[in-house]
Amino acid sequence: MIIESIRRLGASTIESFATTGRAGYLLIGSLFRLPTMKDVKLTYLQLNHIGVQSLLIIMVSGFFIGMVLSLQGYTTLIKFGAEASLGPLVALSLVRELGPVVAALLFAGRAGSAMTAEIGLMKATEQLSSMEMMAVNPLHRVIAPRLLAGIIAMPLLAAIFSAVAILGGHLVGVDWLGVDAGGFWSTMQATVDWQEDILNGVIKSIVFGFFISWIAVFRGYDTIPTSEGISRSTTQTVVHSSLAVLALDFILTALMFGDIS
Amino acid sequence: MKDIILKIKDLTYSRGSRVIFDGLELEIPRGKVTAIMGPSGTGKTTLLKLIGGQLTPEKGSIVFEGDNIHQLSTEQLYKTRRKMGMLFQSGALFTDITVFENVAFPLREHTDLPEEIIKAIVQIKLEAVGLRGARNMMPTELSGGMARRAALARAIVLDPLMIMYDEPFAGQDPISMAVLVKLIALLNQALGLTSIVVSHDVAEVISIADYVYLISNGKVIGQGTPEQLQSEPTPRVSQFMQGLADGPVPFHFPANDYASDLLGDAE
Repeated sequence: MIIESIRRLGASTIESFATTGRAGYLLIGSLFRLPTMKDVKLTYLQLNHIGVQSLLIIMVSGFFIGMVLSLQGYTTLIKFGAEASLGPLVALSLVRELGPVVAALLFAGRAGSAMTAEIGLMKATEQLSSMEMMAVNPLHRVIAPRLLAGIIAMPLLAAIFSAVAILGGHLVGVDWLGVDAGGFWSTMQATVDWQEDILNGVIKSIVFGFFISWIAVFRGYDTIPTSEGISRSTTQTVVHSSLAVLALDFILTALMFGDIS
Repeated sequence: MKDIILKIKDLTYSRGSRVIFDGLELEIPRGKVTAIMGPSGTGKTTLLKLIGGQLTPEKGSIVFEGDNIHQLSTEQLYKTRRKMGMLFQSGALFTDITVFENVAFPLREHTDLPEEIIKAIVQIKLEAVGLRGARNMMPTELSGGMARRAALARAIVLDPLMIMYDEPFAGQDPISMAVLVKLIALLNQALGLTSIVVSHDVAEVISIADYVYLISNGKVIGQGTPEQLQSEPTPRVSQFMQGLADGPVPFHFPANDYASDLLGDAE
């Protein structure tokens, strides 16, 4: 009984090392080379697929998150007569945390799962094999453009998310609840720091974009080519990348803002 | 001496604990249609993947045009693959682009030809497989046989030296089957190709093959011209060639004792 559980522990440890190795190989094989004009074109196409087509969900969610944030912030701040700080509250929570994190979670669900399913199905229908036999490396043709597009799209989506959310916050705070518009914007402008807040948020979302895309393309490429395998890989993409985003967010926040106190 | 384009020596490959090939020896003569036949599950598709360098054997060598496939660098391997074409059982067309774009794909990837020339080459290849009229269709709109023909046009678009067919006749109606049989023989002759046809459709294969290898249990169990194999007295060869249900290849998959299984003694 004990020996069996030790054996299983060993097997799963070896398997996770092997998986990490394969994922690393995929990353090196697809990205470590000089890009060509064709790569630029393919990445551009993918930017449309995974970036532009995620815009709607990102903007709608952002708008609602901003509205809720403003409403909750207002009801608390009004108790202390501090409703003039609503602008900074909304903007800082969005730019530092909610923007990158929520946009990343939505991106994992919307674009990550689609990438895994698409690549997995290409594998199951032998499209990747046939590409190899046509002397076209699928790591360059299929994987690399999606990885790059994910890394580029994520910070842009997070920025759009935050911007739309601030507008949502303005709608609720200023237009509906009557917070002074000048105060809303000017305190926000005075408080939000370009480097400390915005740049750190951008760095976060680049890191999230990289990990989500990496997990998504790897899960697709490494899938067991059956319908069950693809469905499992797609779920794994969403679960693993969401957990990765939350864990990385803590690590990055600790590194960026940990010494403020 | 025969002109050999592909030579397989002492090939050993296993998947998990199951040995697929055990010291397999094969020679593919240039310019001929060579068939590799064998019961399902003998690893015929695996063999094509080994030849294409998509899998690596444990032992032995596969030499194509003087190059040992598994000792080539990735770059050299990709260069060598341009001389091979492969027709997958499913066709493996890219489902997000039209038939025309599928056939143009290798040209766009490997050449800088102007659009008019690409258009001309693609139309010529599509005409050869009888699908010029279907060039604007999406792969999902094609029947199984048409998809295979479109994939065939794609496989020959770079004018390879050798083309490998993975079960080209599986699941085809009699008309598509006849079309594919005719195409394989015709293309081989007209383009001066070398063809490897992996299949278990005995009648179709012997009508076009110049030479046949019969594989079972990881080894070549019979070889020769179709006529020689058909008159081969070895029981395992004749069982396959004549399609008998029982013989040296047993009807039953190896199992525990039937009586004890039924009475619940087995695990």
